[in-house]
Amino acid sequence: MNTIYFDNNATTKTAPEVMEEIKPFFCELYGNPSSMHTFGGQVGIRIRRAREQVAALLGCEAGEVIFTGCGTESDNNAINGTLASLPNRRKIITSRVEHPAVLAVCREWANHGYTVAEIGVDKYGRLDMNQLEDELDDDTAIVSIMYANNETGTIFPIEKIAQMVKDKGAVFHTDAVQAVGKIPMNLSRSNIDLLSISGHKLHAPKGIGVLYVRKGTRLSPFMLGGHQEGGRRAGTENVPGIVGLGKACELAAQNINDEDTRVMQLRDRLENGILKSCSDCLVNGDKEHRLPNTSNISFEFIEGEAILLMLDKYGICASSGSACTSGSLEPSHVLRAMGVPFTAAHGSIRYSLSRYNTQEEVDYTIDKMPGIVNRLRELSPFIAK
Amino acid sequence: MWEYTDKVRDHFFNPRNVGEIENPDGTGEVGSLACVDALKLTFKLDQNGRIKEARFKTFGCASAIASSSVLTEIIKGMTIEEAAKVTNKDIADYLGGLPEQKMHCSVMGREALEAAIENYRTGSKVKHELKGKVVCNCFGVTEEEIERVIKENNLTSVEEVTNYCKAGGGCGGCKGEIEKIIQRLQGSKAKAAASPRKAGKLTNIQRIQLIQQTINEQIRPALRADGGDIELIDVDGNKVIVALRGMCAQCKMAGVTMKDVVEARLREFVSSELIVEEAKDKE
Repeated sequence: MNTIYFDNNATTKTAPEVMEEIKPFFCELYGNPSSMHTFGGQVGIRIRRAREQVAALLGCEAGEVIFTGCGTESDNNAINGTLASLPNRRKIITSRVEHPAVLAVCREWANHGYTVAEIGVDKYGRLDMNQLEDELDDDTAIVSIMYANNETGTIFPIEKIAQMVKDKGAVFHTDAVQAVGKIPMNLSRSNIDLLSISGHKLHAPKGIGVLYVRKGTRLSPFMLGGHQEGGRRAGTENVPGIVGLGKACELAAQNINDEDTRVMQLRDRLENGILKSCSDCLVNGDKEHRLPNTSNISFEFIEGEAILLMLDKYGICASSGSACTSGSLEPSHVLRAMGVPFTAAHGSIRYSLSRYNTQEEVDYTIDKMPGIVNRLRELSPFIAK
Repeated sequence: MWEYTDKVRDHFFNPRNVGEIENPDGTGEVGSLACVDALKLTFKLDQNGRIKEARFKTFGCASAIASSSVLTEIIKGMTIEEAAKVTNKDIADYLGGLPEQKMHCSVMGREALEAAIENYRTGSKVKHELKGKVVCNCFGVTEEEIERVIKENNLTSVEEVTNYCKAGGGCGGCKGEIEKIIQRLQGSKAKAAASPRKAGKLTNIQRIQLIQQTINEQIRPALRADGGDIELIDVDGNKVIVALRGMCAQCKMAGVTMKDVVEARLREFVSSELIVEEAKDKE
């Protein structure tokens, strides 16, 4: 059975070109980039090149790119490092729909006397900009708002927020792990101070991330013990990861138009096909401002984990905001923040595509969905029959 | 990904006895959409008083559907008296086990069966109602129900109780009470939630810092879950003066929160002699 992978917001396949690029760095080019000899030095050159490849995709300078271990590390240290460098400001602003890598960090600071404001969203997942404006004050140290939501794909007006934050003299961080590689960016013309990337969300391997730090942004070093990454993140570099991420960014830059056209068409075909063939389902999120690859659909009266298991039997991979899939007893915090009724939240399925998906895969899935939905609805006590 | 047994997968992909019997002898409905899972069980008896037919309709995940399916298989051919003895453990065992966090699915099966038997015996059309004191308000779980899962499954920790009947899985406010029930029923078998190292002799400053730290790490998160907050105002000997903020400030349960959460936690982590008082606000 072939695997049909529609879970690209969870992680992606490492691009074969990336894999090729990485291979020599295990048994042949294994030198330490910090070494004085040519053998290590040639590795240092490759890291420099990777840094430039990342910078080219982001539209920033190579010196503004710090390699980290993952997106979560970037998020944690963007917030913690900023607070450490601004000891006189005691307020953090974030949103209710952030990834836990941001939300949990902010809430932890609330336990240490910081004021934390979590901005709400409307039923389409759009940020309450008025609330943000009200909360922004001279005490605000950092505002951390994601570029695009991982569950619904809703894109926030990041440039506008960055400007508002700048006007108040606070630092603006955005968790862009879902956005980079899917939507074009030019950070040189933006007011974003800090931005997180995760390699494995854009066809690089797991275990590599980036924190973009705009020149002039005060950020305390977050790993001590070496001069690597300008002394801000010490530790011998994850060379294969870095080289791989560089290549992945180069590929993303080449394919970015594909995301906005072909991938988006596939996503729309899938979404419209499902909405047409299954009754009582609705799309979660802001269809106007949405990642081109993401579709989050709620199927009423049935539960997400059961749908996933049925899909799994056909080799189709997706994910759900249902409580049952996580082992917790409550559904996704994102859908709850949007006020999606419990009934719909429990039956939500996220399909997230990539440039490796095909029309055949989409059509196969459209073909299988009504059978799954009807089958489970036959079992459901909430459907009178 | 959950690790389900082949039996669970079989009963999920090929559920037996789906549907609803017309003019059943007994009907049991438990759960709701908000509770993530719900089950409607109907059965019919033959002339000898044995269950001839049983059918179900379930909203829920794979383990909820599989639990319902095997429940109908188990009770077929049983008398009412025999069926009344079926426990959630029988359902889970029949399935070759369920993941710990999914045990509540087997409990839901037993509850529906119980409700259906009650409906048969009393003939009442009333939906299964909660009896006795409700301990967990988030999921509407009574003391009786908690006691039952503890006894039938020999549970010894709050986490297990949550896995089996959801109690304590929402805001977490009732965890203290669940722990007391476990203590009462299981005595020395109860697993104390890894008891913290008691503070030794402390200087005044160390003691105040420990109180502040306990409030930050142990108390505030619980209150925040309900939209409340707490602030340490002063420490005077063994008297700890705090102010409740946010939702807690107007809450009728504030007195209970003070004793059961704030004082209990401070006594647990700092010193058993502490007394908590609420600050008289001058504002």
